[in-house]
Amino acid sequence: MRLITEGLFEAVRLLVTGDAEVWQITLLSLQVSGTATLLSLGAGVPLGTALALTRFPGRALAISLVNTGMGLPPVVVGLFVTIFLWRNGALGFLELLYTPTAMVLAQLVIAAPIVTGLTVAAIQQVPEKFRLQMLALGASRVQAVWMLLREARLPMLAALMAGFGGVISEVGASMMVGGNIKGATRVLTTATVLETGKGNFDVAIALSLILLSITFLVNWALTWIQQRARA
Amino acid sequence: MTRRLLLAAAVLAPLLAPALIGDAAVGQARVVILSTTTSTQDSGLLDVLVPMFERRTGLTVKTISVGTGQALALAARGEADVTLAHAPSLERTYVEEGKMRNRRLVMYNDFVLIGPAEDPAGIKGMKVAGALARIAESRSRFVSRGDKSGTHTLELGLWKQAGIEPKGAWYIESGQGMGATLGIADDRRAYTIADRGTWLALQKRIALPVLVEKERLLLNVYSVMEVNPANGPRVNAPGGAAFADFMVSPETQAVIGTFGADKYGQPLFVPIAGKRDEDL
Repeated sequence: MRLITEGLFEAVRLLVTGDAEVWQITLLSLQVSGTATLLSLGAGVPLGTALALTRFPGRALAISLVNTGMGLPPVVVGLFVTIFLWRNGALGFLELLYTPTAMVLAQLVIAAPIVTGLTVAAIQQVPEKFRLQMLALGASRVQAVWMLLREARLPMLAALMAGFGGVISEVGASMMVGGNIKGATRVLTTATVLETGKGNFDVAIALSLILLSITFLVNWALTWIQQRARA
Repeated sequence: MTRRLLLAAAVLAPLLAPALIGDAAVGQARVVILSTTTSTQDSGLLDVLVPMFERRTGLTVKTISVGTGQALALAARGEADVTLAHAPSLERTYVEEGKMRNRRLVMYNDFVLIGPAEDPAGIKGMKVAGALARIAESRSRFVSRGDKSGTHTLELGLWKQAGIEPKGAWYIESGQGMGATLGIADDRRAYTIADRGTWLALQKRIALPVLVEKERLLLNVYSVMEVNPANGPRVNAPGGAAFADFMVSPETQAVIGTFGADKYGQPLFVPIAGKRDEDL
């Protein structure tokens, strides 16, 4: 317990004294995971909607693959993305390895299936009659889909929180594609692993507490929006 | 609700942009990838030397600290430009195969054989070969890195020299870094081999005094090697050479020679640029 209390004091000390490195690491964590989550929304919502509403051969298989993707181990994603981004790899010419962009890419691969899969479920739980009713009332197909998404906003916001939660907390992919480089690709999760490995347990706990706090704040805001949307 | 979400997105967008564009501006020739080991990085020396090098040359160094095996494997594939490691026998293999070039000694520190103060195997003050034999005979608990790191390689070499194959419930392989391994040794009241730097850094947390030290066999020699540009596309050979030259330059050697003195009371490393393996 004493160790955790020490960690708590260290966390407050680091934040209040404006420790530049900790603030930079925290900001980068938010930037990388925030960007990845938003991009995964951009990819996942349309894809999930399409999967939920259209019928095509192999649809069940496609949805199964998406659902499997929700459980992709981040370190495996990291390994494969790294192999692509290596100098020798297919995308080596982009020179993205060990940059925040590579981390966003890897986290996008992790979050997109989560958002897609949950969007499919969110849309499917709205009764089919609702969509037909919108069309009958004169809505265009686009308008009908939009109304459908609004109707499913509670689980959709849950999808957003699940996507964000999945990537802000992952370390395997960030470590491999980012390289945990000081000042460039070090984020809260990778910094925690580093400090633990060095035996600086109080700093590691401090970083963990900071990570938990910002994750909580983001989800608190999103939950507030979600619960207000119930009205 | 839609308006609120759009407003939130509009506010967030400029904050998030840097994550994507930040690094795009740095061109290929300006980046040097240095592959090194976790213990080198953990000592904190590179946090001092790398900014020095970057200021002087304007190059950007990406330090990738992984296990020794991975550091050398990455270099052999051309995924790095220069390597700083401390596994001389492995390094020599890579040089002989032509994967690495221009191996130069940079510095050394030493390993220490530490263990519980009560010293159940009675090895204090012995030579390391005899000490390891005693530990194996008495089946006293010993924690190994077990991860093909430089430290692990040295430890295995020492067992081999003592003519012992360490096996049994008393021989614990942690598979983790030095800090974690010391934690396990402390917890199990076991013997282990650690680099003096990490041991000094963890002094306040663990109660394992030094029992065997200061022997030729316990020297931990760091070398810098340049990656052969033929290993892969886009190897930054001039950048790698610049960093290697920097590591053995007189000014850098002077910085290395005093690093750690203020924090630990003694410098962590002894600079030895210009020497050869045989000289030590």
